[in-house]
Amino acid sequence: MKYTEEHEWLDDVDGIVTVGITAHAAEQLGDIVFVELPEVGTEVTKDDEIVVIESVKAASDILAPIDGEIVEVNEAIVEEPAKVNDDPEGEAWFFKIKPSEPEQMDDYMDESEYKDFIG
Amino acid sequence: MGELKRTPLYDLHVARGGKMVPFAGWEMPVQYPLGVMKEHLHTRAAAGLFDVSHMGQVILRCDPAALEALVPVDVIGLAQGRQRYGLFTDENGGILDDLMIANRGDHLFLVVNAAMAEQDIAHLRALLGDAVEPVTDRALLALQGPAAEASLARIAPEAADMRFMDVAVIPSDFGDLWVSRSGYTGEDGYEISVAGASAVALAEALLAMDEVELIGLGARDSLRLEAGLCLYGADIDTGTTPIEADLGWAIQKARRTKRTGFPGAATILDQIQNGAPRKRVGLLPEGRAPMRAGTQLFVSEDASEPVGTITSGAFGPSIERPMSMGYVPADLAAPGTALFGEVRNKRLPVTVTPLPFRPTTYKR
Repeated sequence: MKYTEEHEWLDDVDGIVTVGITAHAAEQLGDIVFVELPEVGTEVTKDDEIVVIESVKAASDILAPIDGEIVEVNEAIVEEPAKVNDDPEGEAWFFKIKPSEPEQMDDYMDESEYKDFIG
Repeated sequence: MGELKRTPLYDLHVARGGKMVPFAGWEMPVQYPLGVMKEHLHTRAAAGLFDVSHMGQVILRCDPAALEALVPVDVIGLAQGRQRYGLFTDENGGILDDLMIANRGDHLFLVVNAAMAEQDIAHLRALLGDAVEPVTDRALLALQGPAAEASLARIAPEAADMRFMDVAVIPSDFGDLWVSRSGYTGEDGYEISVAGASAVALAEALLAMDEVELIGLGARDSLRLEAGLCLYGADIDTGTTPIEADLGWAIQKARRTKRTGFPGAATILDQIQNGAPRKRVGLLPEGRAPMRAGTQLFVSEDASEPVGTITSGAFGPSIERPMSMGYVPADLAAPGTALFGEVRNKRLPVTVTPLPFRPTTYKR
């Protein structure tokens, strides 16, 4: 598992990377009430704003952590945004991406580095 | 920006996990570990306790008629033991602040917004001088929700006999409580002024009851918005008149026809007669995306100029959908009018809707 400074987690399973937000991020955002996901098939570039989430407090963007193609999105969190608060690092993943530059992930933190990062 | 002020309940908020944020010059809890959504729903289901000590409490020892020079409200006609919603207006008919006015027999008692308190007191003193006595040694708690009556009655039994907008002084183990049966959530409930030194003990006594949870400013905002109530500085300000803001009900007949000497009367009375050019309305976005303050409104997907702006917007936990309020031209203010709100460069459908979004449950 890899972590970004934007509080995303990336789980690479056989070349398909599942992306979500960390429990820390979900906690900071507060109750999530709206999620907008990209369309399957979209080619994205690292740092593109591809997901919008709105909590009771404010709207935030989630950036594409790597270049690649969106191959699957989690419609369940669009239907029920509160799942992101309930299980952010499990059931409430956001999208799956097929990386075109997998080595972009090398720069991201591992779990212990991320724990230090959030203090 | 100076040092943030703290209410007598500050340590209690921190001890109970309140997330403290700057608000109108005060350090206030925006939420507790329960979270905004559950705090909101708890208030509607049982009882929520809010620290609203940041709001300004003011005693006015003057003839009620004297205050009528500053507000378009019938203060003379306000019976002893009763409270009324009011507005300070300016010479252009704009709203300087909204407030509560209570008649407590030998004096009036006002509650004003925290951010405006200093300005309101100066405004009052300019006319009324030493008759204006800011109350600085008392906290203010709000207890709101269907279980508010049963909860407060264990401490102050007389509170159960009050009806909406009654005010009373009720002796208790926590000293004299200045109680009004009112609030700003759309729920039945009370606002309770208590000596600062007794505020923590009163709050702890209420929080020891199963029905009562602490509620932060986040849920206070979604509760008031579901109830269609205005937030000063967002939905109303000096750029909006009471009539544009659809608060004409706060200007009683006596002030429309006879005692019309209030600031901005020319504009306000003209708008009562002939209508205002624009009106505050409820707006329900069709989708799930909240339309927040500042969202511009259009008549169509390709109209070039906006016709209005959203002034408050949030997700409504009880109505389970996003909700907004904003200003639209009078000819677009009828319920059912279809408009578009521009969110992240997309025009999304939104419909003009009667307020409140959720029926109020005041005990009249």
